[in-house]
Order: sequence, then C-alpha cells, then structure tokens
Amino acid sequence: MPKSLFQKVWDAHTVRTLANGQTQLLIGTHLIHEVTSPQAFGMVRDLGLKVAMPHRTFATVDHIIPTDERVEPYRDPLAQAMMDELRKNCRDFGITFFDRASGKQGIVHIVGPEQGITQPGTTIACGDSHTSTHGAFGAIAFGIGTSQVRDVLATQTMALGALKVRRINVTGKLRPGVYAKDVILHIIRTLGVNGGTGFAYEYAGEVFDRFTMEERMTVCNMSIEGGARVGYVNPDETTFAYLKDRPYSPKGAAWDTAVANWKSFASEPGCRYDDVVNLRAEDIAPTVTWGINPGQGISITENIPDPATTKAVDEKASIEEALAYMKLKPGAPIKGTKIDVAFLGSCTNGRLSDFQEVAKFIKGRHVAPGVKAIAVPGSQGVGMICAELGIDKIFRDAGFEWRDAGCSMCLAMNPDKLIGDQLCASSSNRNFKGRQGSTTGRTLLMSPLMVAAAAVTGAVADAREVFSVKN
Amino acid sequence: MALEKITQIAGRGVHVPGNDIDTDRIIPARFMKCVTFDGLGEFLFYDVRKNSDGTDKPHPLNDPRFKGATILLTGANFGCGSSREHAPQAIQKYGIRAIIAENFAEIFFGNCTTLGIPCATASREDIARIAAAVEANPATEVVIDVARQEVRFGGRTVKADFRETARDALVNGRWDAIGELLDGLPAAKAMTVKLPYLAA
Ligand code: SF4
Repeated sequence: MPKSLFQKVWDAHTVRTLANGQTQLLIGTHLIHEVTSPQAFGMVRDLGLKVAMPHRTFATVDHIIPTDERVEPYRDPLAQAMMDELRKNCRDFGITFFDRASGKQGIVHIVGPEQGITQPGTTIACGDSHTSTHGAFGAIAFGIGTSQVRDVLATQTMALGALKVRRINVTGKLRPGVYAKDVILHIIRTLGVNGGTGFAYEYAGEVFDRFTMEERMTVCNMSIEGGARVGYVNPDETTFAYLKDRPYSPKGAAWDTAVANWKSFASEPGCRYDDVVNLRAEDIAPTVTWGINPGQGISITENIPDPATTKAVDEKASIEEALAYMKLKPGAPIKGTKIDVAFLGSCTNGRLSDFQEVAKFIKGRHVAPGVKAIAVPGSQGVGMICAELGIDKIFRDAGFEWRDAGCSMCLAMNPDKLIGDQLCASSSNRNFKGRQGSTTGRTLLMSPLMVAAAAVTGAVADAREVFSVKN
Repeated sequence: MALEKITQIAGRGVHVPGNDIDTDRIIPARFMKCVTFDGLGEFLFYDVRKNSDGTDKPHPLNDPRFKGATILLTGANFGCGSSREHAPQAIQKYGIRAIIAENFAEIFFGNCTTLGIPCATASREDIARIAAAVEANPATEVVIDVARQEVRFGGRTVKADFRETARDALVNGRWDAIGELLDGLPAAKAMTVKLPYLAA
C-alpha cells in the first residue's frame, strides 16, 4: 500500500510499542537551546544518566541573547547564567555548541537547516514549539517539553502517539506581493488555530513546488499556530540543491546515496490521507492579524471584524476580548492603523531571502518619524551574507537598527521589548497578549515586506501600493 | 527504574477559582529565565499574587489559613496556552501534589502526568462542595483516590475522572516514560545501523 512521508519516517524510526500503547520513537536529531535544556540536563544528572548519543545533539543560543551587546558578561545576569549553563552542559556531555564565537550561532530553527543538519526522512526534536520548521525538508520534527528533552538526551527516543495526516494543497500562482507568510496566515485563518490538533500537515501543490526552501520553512514554522504539531513538505530537487555542500551534508559518494535515500521518503501517489484541504493561491492576499491569536487575520483590504455583526456567541466574545486588548476599532479598515515599532526577524522570517526581498524595495526610502524599526538576522550566517551583499547598509540607511542574531523581539526574553501598549508590525509568529515583552504590548503579524511598508509609512499599509509592486 | 505507584494523595486543599487559567498566569514568561526549576515555586501565580513592589495581593495562596495546602481546586480549561513545563513544575515545586478542576488543557495535563501530579476532573458542583468544606474548615483532609476514581473529604465522597491512560500510568508507577524508554535504549542503538545519518 502506498505510504505518506509521515508514515514512512515514523515506521523507519519506531523502536517498539510501549505499555500504554504509545510508540517509542527514535529521534535522529536533537536540537537544544538555553531556555528549555538546562533543567533537562539537571534531570539527567539527578538520575545518574548519560547523554545516549551526544553526536546527534546540537546546541545554539537564541532566546536570551542580547542583539546589541557582544561582550560578556551580559548586563542581565540571568541571561549570562543561562549562557554559562549551556556551555557547561555541552562541555560536560560532549555536545556540539554553535556558540557566538563560532560564527554559526543563531535561532535554532535557522541554524539547523543552514548547517545541513536538517535532512529529509529524519526525525528531529527540540524543546521549542516551532520545531515544525524543519519539516520543510521532509523531516518529521516535533516541539517537545522539558521532560521529553530529558528523554531524548538520555535515550535518543521519546514516547509518542501517532498523528493523522492532513494534506493541504495550494494550487495556482500567488499574486505579486503575496508571500509564504500570507499563505500560512491564510491557512490558519481558514482552518483555525486548533484545526490541526492531532494532525501532521503535509503542504503540497504548485505553490509549494515552486517555493524556495526558505519559503517552505516560513510555512512549516507556523504549523503549530494552526494546532498542528508537525508540518512538512515532500523533499524534491529544491531540497537537495539547498543541502548540497552544507557543512553537515553528506559529501562525495555518500551524497548520491543520501539523495536516493531521501527521495524514497516522499509520499507516494495514491497514499491515504486522513483529510485533504484544497486552497487556491489566487484567493490569498497580503494578510495582517488584528487580534490576539494568529488565526485572527484579515487581508489588508478588509475591515476589522465587528462583534456586533457576529452571530456565533463564542466568536463574538473572542472578538470583543481581542479588540479590547488591541485597542482597535470594530469595523474600521486595518489599513492606516498607526504603528510604533517595526520588527523584522524571528525563525519565521529572519532568513536571507526575507532581508533580500525587503532590501530591494526600501532602498532610497526611510522609516517614518517616530517609528522604531529593528532588523534582526536569524543567524550569524544570515548576518554575514547580508553584510557581504551590503544589505545591512541598505537597512541602516533606511533608518532600521541592524542587530546581531537572535530571537529578539519575537518573545522578548532579551532586552528587545515593546514598551507600554506600543503597536508592533512584526514578521514573527505569535501575537499573544504580552508576547513582545510588555504586558499591554500589541502585535500585528504580517510578511516582511508588509512590515517594511508599515515602517516607512508609519501605519499598516498595502505593500503593493507603497512599493509599487507590479502585477 | 521503579517509580512510586501513585494510588492516592491526601492533604489540605486550597481553592483558586476561575476558568481558562493559562500557563502564563501560572508562571509568567520572565521567570523562565532560569537554569533549574528549583526556585519556580515561589513565582507560582506571581502576577496575580504579588504587587509590583513584591507585597502580597489578596489571593488564596497568600491566605495563612491555606498555608501548606497540597491539593489545588480550580475551574475549567486549567493550564491552557503555552506548553511550558515551567507551569506544572512551579505548581509541584510550590508543594501542590494534585489538582482538581472541571477539565484541563491537553498539553498541561500530559506534562502534569509525566511529573506524577494527578489531575482529577470533577463536576463544577462537586468542586464547589469540596471548596466550601475547605473554606469552612481549612484543616479538612481531602483524599484524591486515583485507583478508585473518587475524591473524599469531610466524610463525603464524590466522583472524579483521571483519564484511563493517566490513571493506569499513575497507579502502576509508569507515569514517567523514562524507565521504559531506557529499557528500549539497546534496541534504539541497534537501529542506528539502518539509518545512515546516525553514524557516529
Ligand atoms: S524566534 Fe520566536 S518563535 Fe522562533 S524560536 Fe525564537 S522565540 Fe521562538
């Protein structure tokens, strides 16, 4: 019987069935960062255990790292303590750590692919819910809790129940000025923030066939915001071309063997899906969130929902709650909403192509007066290429602060935070209450070019108009 | 690795009313800047329990009558939001050993079970009865009987549900998968020869 990629990867990594019916799954690649790993190492030590396969664990530091301060000790002693702890744990257990001095540090979901560690047909786990990003390569990648980080450290396996698979086809061609970010915001808006509970999402169709790896990563990244723990795209020539000659990619004869092996994991025609959803690329417009979860989005040309005209009681209540927090007017156009901060970065949209695309349009433009705009490359690698290409200068000339690699204002566990009820146009992935570091701070999620359009006009704007994006 | 068989937990109760109490409220994100879970107990419910100057706000956990309580009574959809394990850890480190709610958010429930914290689902009315008994006499002993799926207090018994997989895991001492996973480690290691990317 033809099988899906999910099924094949699952089968290839199944160790055995546990007493409670769950599967003990072998986790080929374990990625760790400073926030969710120290306690796990503590538990491993307390239990007198070892790290089972240290050569399959890779560490980086991203959440707490200051983006404007290079010299240690950092001003924040807690951030420094987390940094020191990760260094110590990696040293004690023989784990590769992409420390800042390595030039390879960055957000875990950007570093893995960049280094060629993320590969098709593999299982990946990381104590971070956006681990789904790695599915762009045809890997099955799980975000896990700290006790599971311990499980993977100590046994290179974890206990899991199987997922159902929903195939999401996006057919046709995206219109100019519509990006991968709009595709995933549209999917979440359509299927709901809990729509993916219990599912792995398989993204397919012409749009994904044409997408670059970076675009595929943007979509897979936000699978979790749609409730799906796992999202993936079947590996193809685009995948292999991206991986060729990366530091951890197989070399020489091993490369050809690996490619043949990777190909064999792709979903077979006629395989069974638990659900299939078809969407049309032409229906997707530049999308902006107006609320407090990533499913509360509208196209840039639409108006903010009005609870008064909403029938469903639960929906009415959630719109009311969101608008009260966001301080937005029901029924008003989202376009023209004044912003205070523009944030370009995160594991969703902090990759080279994101900065390249924006640089094409902001040359010769300038951030509007009163707007704080920061651009934060997702990794030192991205930062270095941007510097080589002069992209950092384009951003600086346009009035952006150009920072060092890290999660920055996506979660604001470092010093980059909103102040008071500032409104932020953000290329990140979560618009939860208080997400960007202020308990009253407000976030509007959108594509990088839409963030740039908001930055230069000082208000939410249609990037296609602001930058004369041609049809 | 033998784990304790958790068949019942007895202790005094504290009622923290409310629905949709999320993990951010249980432990605000800024307290995730830590390298051990050890100190987390004191930050449990921090922003609803403390003023910005560190003084106490009125909150059941600040009420001296409920000091030393080990059983938390609360409302519906407890533990929703971010999957942070810091939330159940803060609860456990504070000294809470079991939770009774109308129902629980999925990931939070799983995280609690892995830590050996029984999560009992009871009806709104029964929770109100237990809460009333505890309010009237904070010394009331509340017994969470996992094996028999009931809660006993002040001579009364009400029904509670623990979900079969969790109940089974708790009473059989299998609530933490690590023991079983370690048993499978040799088999897992043997599999690596079939997966070229795992070569050392
Ligand atoms: S960029 Fe944001 S979402 Fe991504 S790993 Fe960092 S904090 Fe998490």
